[in-house]
Amino acid sequence: MSKITKEQVEHVADLARLSFTEAEIEEFTNQMSKVIDYAEVLNELDTENVEPTTHVMDVRNVLREDNVKPSLQREEALKNAPKQKDGQFEVPSVLD
Amino acid sequence: MKFETIIGLEVHSELKTNSKIFCGCSTAFGAPPNTHTCPICLGHPGVLPVLNQRAVDYAIKAAVALNCEIAEETKFDRKNYFYPDNPKAYQISQFDKPVGENGWIEIEVDGYKKRIGITRIHLEEDAGKLTHDDYDDASLVDFNRVGTPLIEIVSEPDIRTPNEAYAYLEKLKAILQYTEVSDCKMEEGSLRCDANISLRPAGQEEFGTKAELKNLNSFTNVQKGLAFEEKRQAEVLLSGGEILQETRRWNEEKKETILMRIKEGSDDYRYFPEPDLVNLYIDHEWIERVREGIPELPDARKQRYINDWNIPAYDAGVLTQTKAMADFFEESVEVGADAKQAANWLMGEVNAYLNSEGIEIEEIKMTPTGLAGMIKLIEDGTISGKIAKKVFNEMMKNGGEAKQIVEDKGLVQISDEGQLKAIVDNILDNNQQSIDDFKNGKDKAFGFLVGQAMKETKGKANPQVINKLIKEGLESR
Repeated sequence: MSKITKEQVEHVADLARLSFTEAEIEEFTNQMSKVIDYAEVLNELDTENVEPTTHVMDVRNVLREDNVKPSLQREEALKNAPKQKDGQFEVPSVLD
Repeated sequence: MKFETIIGLEVHSELKTNSKIFCGCSTAFGAPPNTHTCPICLGHPGVLPVLNQRAVDYAIKAAVALNCEIAEETKFDRKNYFYPDNPKAYQISQFDKPVGENGWIEIEVDGYKKRIGITRIHLEEDAGKLTHDDYDDASLVDFNRVGTPLIEIVSEPDIRTPNEAYAYLEKLKAILQYTEVSDCKMEEGSLRCDANISLRPAGQEEFGTKAELKNLNSFTNVQKGLAFEEKRQAEVLLSGGEILQETRRWNEEKKETILMRIKEGSDDYRYFPEPDLVNLYIDHEWIERVREGIPELPDARKQRYINDWNIPAYDAGVLTQTKAMADFFEESVEVGADAKQAANWLMGEVNAYLNSEGIEIEEIKMTPTGLAGMIKLIEDGTISGKIAKKVFNEMMKNGGEAKQIVEDKGLVQISDEGQLKAIVDNILDNNQQSIDDFKNGKDKAFGFLVGQAMKETKGKANPQVINKLIKEGLESR
């Protein structure tokens, strides 16, 4: 139990741009450890002779021809934007 | 203390496909903002990317041309990061199984040849474009570019000087252009370069801490940025300081690199296999099919010009720097131009014209046939070198055939001695002062008289005949 540390939770929260209270971090540390433990059950299986795979289906090389298709109308593309200006998505300033 | 400089370059190059890598939106440059987007490239929920076959073809083509081993089995991964240029909050890229690995290119710089290793070349999607809006203090996002296929080419840390970095980029660009996988236009962002640079005491095995340089928007700026950074790091180290792992931005106005941020720990992109795309298997037949489409590359062409046409190595290098220039040169020779002459015109007048007009050779009106025709007219004495410049300018602006232009404009060279003698005699009669000057040892007077004769004939006189006639005239007076 409890392979997950508080620091790991804080790190993941930081990567996800989420901020939590001390109590929440405590709680998530416990919960995440349990989740990991649950998944650990899989390690009991003998996978010695099983090839590693990234997909459950053995489907290969799904490709499309390089043809241009119509795009969305700009108004349509911008419809869900909380803010827009001059045909562009407006977001809080990012400068680097 | 002496230092050794270690440089590695990361180049991103947009592939010249018609549509994006995972959807059918156009990749055309310069469209109004957000007119080339769809639910797939905008990252709407529930959509499925489907890989563009030509993007894979081009990545394989580039990898083969860069002497890489091609992966038999390759896959895509999600690289997770938050930034407004990327609507999905992850970029589909390739992590542990890139299309190509262990390649190399050969460069020639400051009189020596050297091989620069290529660690890997992988396929990924481009991000959107951000601009800053001062009025609202906000950023504006145009997603037209998001999803444009890119290849990232990572070099080994084999580069030792800013000049080697420049030569590597020139060669890489030439290869990508020859294979026609990318336009490589830095001004349109279809070729971008980041540089890693560190110093280590000469003889030390272990690398020093590196800085990453960004905003290097031309090959010259890559060279300058690296040269600046090389000096800066040496100064810090010599004064007992420590180089931090940082990202620095090249400032073109100030000609210096400026600290953007200090990196703490390594980036954490939490790569994992892209579940929406199936694995990609590249078999021998596929590679061979792509290989057949690779044309003769710049080094091979250069060697052929040297061997077959006796073009000096330097000239052959310049002529093969872009495929368009090399094609123009070869076509000129094919339609009858003397190779040496054609090379001289292209390296001299044509390049000067391109530089002064700020255009590419693809945009000029003169054809290889036009150039070849003009060279022939010079060789057979129909026009003088001076008149040739006029014909050249006319062809560059309006195209056409040299012979026709010469006829239409009455530019045929006058070589008839009788006709020219009358003109020369008249000039001598009216320039006694110059004759006296010449006889008193002022050689410049001779040039003046030749100039008068050329002016009188509107540059059409055969200069050799004029020289001879003036010489004779002066002797007889």
